[in-house]
Amino acid sequence: MNTINSLTADTVSDRRHKPISAIDRNQANSRRSRLGPGKEIRYGAAIGPILLLVIWTLGSWTGIIDHRTLSPPWVVVQTAAELIQSGRLWSNFETSLFRALQGLFWGVIFGVILGVFAGLSRIGEYVIDGPVQIKRAIPSLALIPLLMLWLGIGEPMKITAIAMIVVVPIYIQTHDCLRSIDSRYLELSETLGVTRGQFIRHVVLPGALPGFLLGLRFAVTSSWLALVVVEQVNSTSGIGYMIELARTYGQTEVIVVGLALYAVLGLTSDGLVRLLQKKVLKWRKTLND
Amino acid sequence: MAQDVERLTTLPEGKSLAVSVRHLVRRFGTRTVLDDIDLDISKGEFVALLGRSGSGKSTFLRALAGLDHDVVGEGSLQVPSSLSVVFQDARLLPWKRLVDNVTFGLSGANVKARAMQALEEVGLHNRHMSWPAELSGGEQQRVALARALVRNPQLLLADEPFGALDALTRLRMHALLRRLCQHHEPAVLLVTHDVDEAIHLAQRILILDQGKLTVDIPVNLPDQSPARENEIARIRRYLLQHLGVDTDLADAEPPALQEAPDQTATTSGLAQEPARTRRAA
Repeated sequence: MNTINSLTADTVSDRRHKPISAIDRNQANSRRSRLGPGKEIRYGAAIGPILLLVIWTLGSWTGIIDHRTLSPPWVVVQTAAELIQSGRLWSNFETSLFRALQGLFWGVIFGVILGVFAGLSRIGEYVIDGPVQIKRAIPSLALIPLLMLWLGIGEPMKITAIAMIVVVPIYIQTHDCLRSIDSRYLELSETLGVTRGQFIRHVVLPGALPGFLLGLRFAVTSSWLALVVVEQVNSTSGIGYMIELARTYGQTEVIVVGLALYAVLGLTSDGLVRLLQKKVLKWRKTLND
Repeated sequence: MAQDVERLTTLPEGKSLAVSVRHLVRRFGTRTVLDDIDLDISKGEFVALLGRSGSGKSTFLRALAGLDHDVVGEGSLQVPSSLSVVFQDARLLPWKRLVDNVTFGLSGANVKARAMQALEEVGLHNRHMSWPAELSGGEQQRVALARALVRNPQLLLADEPFGALDALTRLRMHALLRRLCQHHEPAVLLVTHDVDEAIHLAQRILILDQGKLTVDIPVNLPDQSPARENEIARIRRYLLQHLGVDTDLADAEPPALQEAPDQTATTSGLAQEPARTRRAA
């Protein structure tokens, strides 16, 4: 009896010292997964690029970076403003964007069709997978001379070259993800009396979507990469052409403007795909959540 | 599916059977997994199928469900065309919200209303827009039950549906399943390794041992308390004995008789286990 009484008294006095709500709040704050990547910081993704910008500015300002090697940021900004005012930047940008989008469009269409077809049927896999792997083993840029002979040096050649580079990651990721869909869902669909069309629509395509989106991220980036190459070969417009021309005249500031534009385009398009990923794949629980 | 299986849209008139199995044989390689099985299940009857692992009970259920593609076998099998399967894992499509998981494969008018009603029956109607990943294991299995029963099946096949759940959730699921079956009245074949689960849920208990049905007993539990417990204990002891578990050492047979067949059963079961698992996967 005595012990019980003293115990209760102790607990009560303890509670008086530390209000319960305060303890709870502290616990909630420290309750973060020990092995997770940690808390999200707002605009945290900008830290790296801004750091790079600061180093460049300081380097140019102190003279550590020679102005002939790399123009200082303020000259680049000034040049960019001039290029924008003259309309040269915009028209080149428009041409490049249109090219990349067209190449991306056809590459994605063919990549998805080939990936789904190879994923769904054995015959499709036997027929398609081998050639795609061969195509993958050949550096895409090495195909450009052949494409130039077949299609000339105009827009069709450029768009085809971009599409051929884009098609590979889309195909590989879609096909792979589709093949790794759990066979238990096939069994389930059989017991539910689902038709083949319904099975493809409700199981196969949503199941392959994460793979497709991952492939799209690679594809978007590589479409810009392909753009640079095709625009520096026999081109009379586009960002790549602008850069190539600037090289002839030794204008590093124009080159840097072009590079910055590529960077902005690459980052923006990748960000858009990631946004799409987040929206479409809401059902997934990942390390990010 | 083995070619010999008949699937009837309607069973013969007058017969109140949901399932009729005659001389069913299934082989994996040289091993006969199901050996000449005969079984009738009446409409609305709740049957539990017990057996040690490797006894062929999952193979039997998959044969009834029509999931045994490329398995060699013979015999005749009559099952209603409207049958549902509940698996050990809930098997919900992770990219579909609960209500869309329930309606998956359904067609016709007011499909959504029916799904909502089914979700209400399992107590999850106010979470119909959740993703499967947001649910606990027990809740997921409740959605699987809703998905099975929204089709008003004449036959419900359940392959150890509560095997992956904790003991408390399992008891709650038993009550839920009993209530749902009283309401929908499907014939049920519940494959389980849990003797108590079988006694408390089923009206009839079968034991499958080395491909043959060795036990087929009715379960009629009295309502009054002491008699009820005695009957449960009696059935339990009987079943455990036939499953090769000694419940009471005093009752045990002489060791020589008891152990010899047991050991062969265990070794053959172990040797065949990988093949069986691959089939099930």
